[in-house]
Amino acid sequence: MNWRWFHRLGSPPYVYALARRLTPWFGWLSGLSMLAGLYGALLVAPADYQQGEGFRIIYVHAPTAWMSLMVYTTMAAAAAVGLIWRMKVAHAVAASCAPVGASFTFAALATGSLYGAPMWGTWWQWDPRLTSELILLFLYLGYMGLRGSIDDPQRADRASAVLAVVGVVNVPIIHYSVTWWNSLHQAPTVMRFGKPAMPGSMLAPLLIMLLAFTLFFAALLLVRLRAEILNRERTASWIPEVLKS
Amino acid sequence: MSSHAATIAAAGHIAPGTAGAADAGRLVLLRDLKLAFRRPGQLIQPLAFFAIVTTLFPLAVSPELSRLRAVAPGVLWVAALLASLLALESLFRDDAYDGTLEQYALSGQPLTWLVFAKTATHWLLTGLPLALLAPLAALSLGAPPQSLGAIVICVGVGTVALSLIGSVGAALTLGIRRSGVLLALLTLPLSLPVLIFGARATELAMRGESFVAPLELLGALAVLGVTLAPLAAAAGVRISLE
Repeated sequence: MNWRWFHRLGSPPYVYALARRLTPWFGWLSGLSMLAGLYGALLVAPADYQQGEGFRIIYVHAPTAWMSLMVYTTMAAAAAVGLIWRMKVAHAVAASCAPVGASFTFAALATGSLYGAPMWGTWWQWDPRLTSELILLFLYLGYMGLRGSIDDPQRADRASAVLAVVGVVNVPIIHYSVTWWNSLHQAPTVMRFGKPAMPGSMLAPLLIMLLAFTLFFAALLLVRLRAEILNRERTASWIPEVLKS
Repeated sequence: MSSHAATIAAAGHIAPGTAGAADAGRLVLLRDLKLAFRRPGQLIQPLAFFAIVTTLFPLAVSPELSRLRAVAPGVLWVAALLASLLALESLFRDDAYDGTLEQYALSGQPLTWLVFAKTATHWLLTGLPLALLAPLAALSLGAPPQSLGAIVICVGVGTVALSLIGSVGAALTLGIRRSGVLLALLTLPLSLPVLIFGARATELAMRGESFVAPLELLGALAVLGVTLAPLAAAAGVRISLE
């Protein structure tokens, strides 16, 4: 098998140029699919027979919740690559992921709370999914806190990478223990949503929004990655050439 | 300094030519115990903290035993979690300052194993005493006397997992100034499963029901911690030595 493409990803100038070339593609595709998804979500999809118009917040809530986990997984995978192959660019990817992921997690919590106000009649429920999401936010904050407190950049990279890997092992354990805890304490009358079969006109916009948010994350990650690489390589000789072109 | 002499002695004794890995682990454990017992004041601190925190609740909530009984499992576990956390900061700190950890890393013995020995010391000096103190606190919060044995077992097993999770956080925050709050931020979210299963087992024990299922899950967490946490903690220690 040819590993050339992988070795090239270890080179900051190559990745910088690649990121610059790919950013508009992801950005525009994300914008277009988000417009399409929002059109489907707000105009085409019928109102839910139980939850009325309020259910439409799910078109933002579900994708942000999905992204919060996906970004964490991406971050941990990049951190593991950085630890194993000592790849500087991989650490830069992990560093760029964390604030984006924390923002998605916060958005998922905020929309979940807004969703809960009309549906549950309360702004906050210790629902297992919301609780896991809150803990995920703490994991992101811990990661960023650790990265921010270590002055030496290489040590910061490697220490926070270990933490990301430890965190990704723990996320499922935390999720299932919270679900188990919740099944004991919560009255079973809490409304369950999300799982029942959705008609196509409701489901299609949701899938498009998922795609749009994934592309949005990719575009955001590439922009942040470029900034991160520029900052880390600021003394390198290739920087002035690249910035001129 | 006495700890310095012990350092050199320990580092010399654990070299692979002189000692096998098992001996090295035992020597590290004995050295840490010896150093800890030379400063008994520091040993008492987490226990006093645990006692004070559990005393705060009757004052803050209500002195009625019926109401305290309802919150007792949660109070016990939150207090145990915080007390264990409090003692974590010093787990590697002194050894990092005086160079002992560096000697361990250079000794040729598996660092994972030595880190595990240090974590075991942390449990012997914090987890085990907490488990022995927990029934007293539980009794004052209205736990029925026949549940006290179960509480010792639950806290004993749960603190094994807490010490191991904490060792990872302590290793990663080595060398950071004022790392206490950060250590809490890193360790507490990862400790939540222990808190959940521990409090549940204690609650069932206090009601006189079978607490085997959550206790087994606590045991599973402890076993998982034994297998994985020392690896991550040793990686953290190595990174801090770079």
